[in-house]
Amino acid sequence: MRHIISILMENEAGALSRVAGLFSARGYNIESLTVAPTEDASLSRLTLVTRGSDEIIEQIIKQLNKLVDVVKLLDLTEGPHIERELMLIKVMAESPLQREEIKRLADIFRGNIIDVNEVCYTIELTGDVQKLDAFIDTLKQADILETVRSGITGIARGPKSLNL
Amino acid sequence: MELTGADILVRFLQDEGVDHLFGYPGGAVLHIYDALYRQEQVKHVLVRHEQAATHAADAYARSTGKPGVVLVTSGPGATNAVTGIATAYMDSIPMVVITGQVNSALIGNDAFQEVDSVGITRPCVKHNFLVKDVRDLAITMKKAFYIATTGRPGPVVVDIPKDVTAERTDYVFPKKVTMRSYNPVVKGHGGQIRKAVNMMLSAKRPLFYTGGGVVQGNAAKGLTELAHRLGFPVTNTSMGLGGFPATDQQFVGMLGMHGTYEANMSVSHCDLLIAIGARFDDRVTGKIEKFAPSARIIHVDIDPASISKNVKVDVPIVGDVNTVLKVMVKELEQSERKPDGEALASWWQQIEEWRARDCLKYDTTSERIKPQYVIETLHKVTKGDAYVTSDVGQHQMWAAQFYKFDKPRRWINSGGLGTMGFGLPAAMGVQFAHPKATVACITGEGSIQMNIQELSTCLQYNLPLKIICLNNGFLGMVRQWQEFFYEERYSHSYMESLPDFVKLAEAYGHIGMQIERPEDVEGALKEAFKHKDRLVFMNFLTDPKENVYPMVPAGAGLDEMILI
Repeated sequence: MRHIISILMENEAGALSRVAGLFSARGYNIESLTVAPTEDASLSRLTLVTRGSDEIIEQIIKQLNKLVDVVKLLDLTEGPHIERELMLIKVMAESPLQREEIKRLADIFRGNIIDVNEVCYTIELTGDVQKLDAFIDTLKQADILETVRSGITGIARGPKSLNL
Repeated sequence: MELTGADILVRFLQDEGVDHLFGYPGGAVLHIYDALYRQEQVKHVLVRHEQAATHAADAYARSTGKPGVVLVTSGPGATNAVTGIATAYMDSIPMVVITGQVNSALIGNDAFQEVDSVGITRPCVKHNFLVKDVRDLAITMKKAFYIATTGRPGPVVVDIPKDVTAERTDYVFPKKVTMRSYNPVVKGHGGQIRKAVNMMLSAKRPLFYTGGGVVQGNAAKGLTELAHRLGFPVTNTSMGLGGFPATDQQFVGMLGMHGTYEANMSVSHCDLLIAIGARFDDRVTGKIEKFAPSARIIHVDIDPASISKNVKVDVPIVGDVNTVLKVMVKELEQSERKPDGEALASWWQQIEEWRARDCLKYDTTSERIKPQYVIETLHKVTKGDAYVTSDVGQHQMWAAQFYKFDKPRRWINSGGLGTMGFGLPAAMGVQFAHPKATVACITGEGSIQMNIQELSTCLQYNLPLKIICLNNGFLGMVRQWQEFFYEERYSHSYMESLPDFVKLAEAYGHIGMQIERPEDVEGALKEAFKHKDRLVFMNFLTDPKENVYPMVPAGAGLDEMILI
């Protein structure tokens, strides 16, 4: 099963490497990992996507909780939640026909073209994994020059929140 | 009052109540050593290799319950300490290791004697710190001691750049520290404890399986009381020996790969397994699917991550083992129910049948010295009251099987990491902690050579250790596996050109003895222990063909033992 684990950590040097080190040392897999400070500068919020059986996920959560820098964590996939990923994608757009088609597709997916020049467009798109994958599939005809994805971040629905 | 970082560090150690510091100087810690020179309260022990400093501090902690403290320099000082840090980590030993670091401005520059100590030690510490500002030094040290000694204990490394030890700031001893991200659980869940006690009272074939958590958690008394009230059999892991008196009739011996027949058969047939402060290690469980197949399992442990890690348990209880055991005893007192006497009687009858198999018997008529006999005689001569450290291998298992430990913190061995070279420096740490106690190091000719240089430290501090070297001319445990599982291809398990250990001991200023015949064993041991103020190195030439029995081959179930 795929799990999204949200972690509040002390914003200290090396905190991220403790998480990454734990996963490699114990042979757990990380599908994606995002990290940034929160509104409280002393805290970092880390969102980690992993896969494993119930037993493995239980161990992962226990081992993460054991890290001294981890203040609190939440398995978002245990309840209703929202997940989002940001993608920047650069595609060839030279002929008027190409430019028109890509613009149209971006609009359908509610993406924004954020950089334009005579040879290519850069599109910014936000959504869950499926939506971003679907957009890439749709662009198959076009020449994709570069794709960059932020990794999943997420938040629980309703008043439930991960804070101190 | 403004002090330098070095003085703050030493003042902190004094205020924290540290009496011994095991270490080795070097460039990055010179300011600290200068501060040490100007005081007498913290006694520094100069070892001959940093690994020995960590083992000594580790054993100091194992034998007292107080944290061991180490000071080493940057680079090779830190890397030499890593084996000892990992050893302490695997066995959950409270230890604070201070490593010097190059000047802050040089970090990352591949400076002389620079390594990323925090990075290298990260996977084998409970936590570690790099102190970047002298104003953080005292509070970081306080956190280090707090983390090392609370919850599931473990080693903590504090890396201090040299410039931080030279800078000045005000010093106030931080009496207390709280951390929002670290709050170890103490009390167990009341409902779970009640449930566990009810299961104990209904059990027909119960068994206590207890580990290092009972020893480290000061819970031996609580365990003994609970076990006596219930009348249940008790087995210990290697780390747990001494947690329940080995000479008690309810003790069925150690379990696992070299456990007794009665212990392993009890595990295989019990209907309730009560695991306390133990972690279902692979050397204990054998093939996991065959481990306690008909049992419901209660597991008490301070570390939630240890519970249901290898074996799924029915009643998990997270908490301090001693606290939980006390509540269990109270629950039992208040309960109107009694254990099932009839079922227990027939369970004990079965266990006694297994015990009658006498699985630890060995040839007592041999003309060669049997290692088991040396340990049995050591137990007799020391009246079972010595602190015994061991190295790793066959001798370690024989010591565990044949020295009957009745008290906790008396058996000091590297159970988790299995570190050869542990025994001698560990014995030093124990002797520093208990200057008047009898301390014996049981070792082999392989292990002892991994830290033999510490004989020099022993002379400097006049440590009257007794070294029992079971010299069979082989790396015995390797040889045993090669005999059993590699068709007797003894690949590199034999060492030629062993030193003359008697002369070696004498060269280091100690007494050396060589014992070659069984009839000389007892007399030699008695003579050695008469030397109250001298280290005696006893080189016992033992039977090279002797194996450790019983043995559960790797990957087999506990009831599939090789017996003699």
